[in-house]
Amino acid sequence: MTTNLKTWLRERSELGVGVLLFLLGVLVLTDALTLDADVTGRGPVGPATVPLVVGCGLLVVAVLLSVDVLRGGRGEAEAGEDVDLTEPADWRTVLLLAGVFLAFAVLIGPLGFPVAGALLFWGAAYALGSRHLHRDPLIAAALSLFTYGVFDKLLGVPLPGGPLMGVI
Amino acid sequence: MDSLYSLIDGFGTALTPMNLLWAAVGVLLGTAIGVLPGIGPAMAVALLLPVTYGLEPTGAFIMFAGIYYGAMFGGSTTSILLNTPGESAAVVAAIEGNPMAKAGRGAQALAAAAIGHFAGGMIGTILLVVLAPTVAALAVDIGAPDYFALMVLAFIAVTSVLGSSRIRGLASLLIGLTIGLVGLDQMTGQQRLTFGSLQLADGVDVVIVAVGLFAIGEALWVAAHLRRTMGEAIPVGRPWLGKDDVTRSWKSWLRGPLIGFPLGAIPAGGAEIPTFLSYVTEKRLSKHKEQFGKGAIEGVAGPESAASASAAGTLVSMLTLGLPTTAVAAVMLAAFQQYGIQPGPLLFEREPDLVWGLIASLFVGMVLLLALNLPLAPVWAKLLRIPRPYLYAGILFFAAVGAYAVGGEALDLVILLVIGLIGLGMRRYGLPVLPAVIGVILGPAAEQQLRRALQISDGSLTGLVNTPFSVTVYAVVVILLAWPLLRKVIVRRRHVAA
Repeated sequence: MTTNLKTWLRERSELGVGVLLFLLGVLVLTDALTLDADVTGRGPVGPATVPLVVGCGLLVVAVLLSVDVLRGGRGEAEAGEDVDLTEPADWRTVLLLAGVFLAFAVLIGPLGFPVAGALLFWGAAYALGSRHLHRDPLIAAALSLFTYGVFDKLLGVPLPGGPLMGVI
Repeated sequence: MDSLYSLIDGFGTALTPMNLLWAAVGVLLGTAIGVLPGIGPAMAVALLLPVTYGLEPTGAFIMFAGIYYGAMFGGSTTSILLNTPGESAAVVAAIEGNPMAKAGRGAQALAAAAIGHFAGGMIGTILLVVLAPTVAALAVDIGAPDYFALMVLAFIAVTSVLGSSRIRGLASLLIGLTIGLVGLDQMTGQQRLTFGSLQLADGVDVVIVAVGLFAIGEALWVAAHLRRTMGEAIPVGRPWLGKDDVTRSWKSWLRGPLIGFPLGAIPAGGAEIPTFLSYVTEKRLSKHKEQFGKGAIEGVAGPESAASASAAGTLVSMLTLGLPTTAVAAVMLAAFQQYGIQPGPLLFEREPDLVWGLIASLFVGMVLLLALNLPLAPVWAKLLRIPRPYLYAGILFFAAVGAYAVGGEALDLVILLVIGLIGLGMRRYGLPVLPAVIGVILGPAAEQQLRRALQISDGSLTGLVNTPFSVTVYAVVVILLAWPLLRKVIVRRRHVAA
């Protein structure tokens, strides 16, 4: 019985999208209803009106989507040149990539962009299956330094140099 | 006649060495991006949004326009040589182009596509020059209710024309509108959905949303399903056309824009529908019907010409009405907002140098593209062999650069990742991305126009429909909404009649 329930749910995992949309709607509505009501002096439509409409819209869409899924409707997963939908999804790679990305967010302050950026590219390439011990880090370092130069010096978009740039 | 003088002034802007350089950078980058699998023009322009922080607007838009046209060129190369179209606009190019390449006529297919893009782009841009000032002049008096009506049209059009499921399009739009609500209310300064966070009080930057949904979301989605065995590109020499090919193609090149341009100007989902319609038309008109599906050159020439012309049509509604009809136009609109420029009827009056410089650079870019693409095609084909880990690691890398450049804050990177994960989920469950991006970009503006209109009418809802313009627009909205129902009725009538 439990296995039946599991497969039933797995086939209808899109119901989760409906649940998330519903929760988002509740969140938007709660936020709109807790706004200060007395700042309504500026015109007939206050700051809460549009959020109320959006929130209600989310609730309605959540219900309609769930009904559609229960009736057998399914969202089509997006296809693409490098996308192979016949294989099951590889969530491990996605998690690794997200981790590498978060590490970049943490490290860019202390290490500066050139080092953190190189680690991001190298880590992401590794997570995606590249296993060239010498080529990968070299490309990562060159790309990161080049980008730093173009943005920080050429385009005038400041990026943190970090201790490495302090030494050079 | 005025527009001719303005256009000549525009060439003065476009032909300065710096702007020529940006046009060249744009078309080269655009072609490379179009050829590369996995990166579409919308993602490319989104990834390049951070340059708007360092570059003056004219140069930036000249480059963006070059990318838009260049990517159309490049996309057909991938379709023809690899049979895996990257952009939806290039799907049709694969139907006839790939069989041609397999039969050893890849060079002719590439040439027919390149010249088709040139012809379509040229004719489309000439129509843009003729029509855009007229549309702008007609729309110059429109007020708050009309703007609001236009935005409602944009919302409804992207949700109901694109994709297979309206409810999923609507869900995507509402997600976008919700993200657009975050921050201080523009009229009262009230905090909405900020949860007391100071950083969120400024709202979520459009750059972060666009990069997150288009770049991070796409890279993660591909990572989850990365194809382990690569398709082999068919080797090809320098493109050329025989006399017979030209006699078969030239009418198709000229017919393409007639279909592409008008459909690009309305919110009908970009180049997808016009290229398909052009293909069907060519098939019907061709004297070589038996060759269709096996490599008919008309089936490459017409649709490719229609694709580029539809890009020009898209620019008409984007520049004159501020109405984005494709993902690229939406991201370009975000770039305008970054500069504090409001595209719309007044743009031609307020920023004539920018607009006409941009339009003139389209002509320049088209010539550059034709000059570059014919000799460089074999080089572009080599780009197809880039190792996929580098490609997608590079996308993540540049996305991170872009998001960090917005405000120099690590929190923006976390928000970027969260939005990227939302983009991943949307791709998994078939929610189209474009409505969300349009919601974020147009949502706040729509709310402002709505409130302004209701302020004028003192809260009465009639204030939204008190102009002929807005009534017309709402009529179109109703037709769009009722279309599936209308179609059913029409089909049934036909059955009864038959």
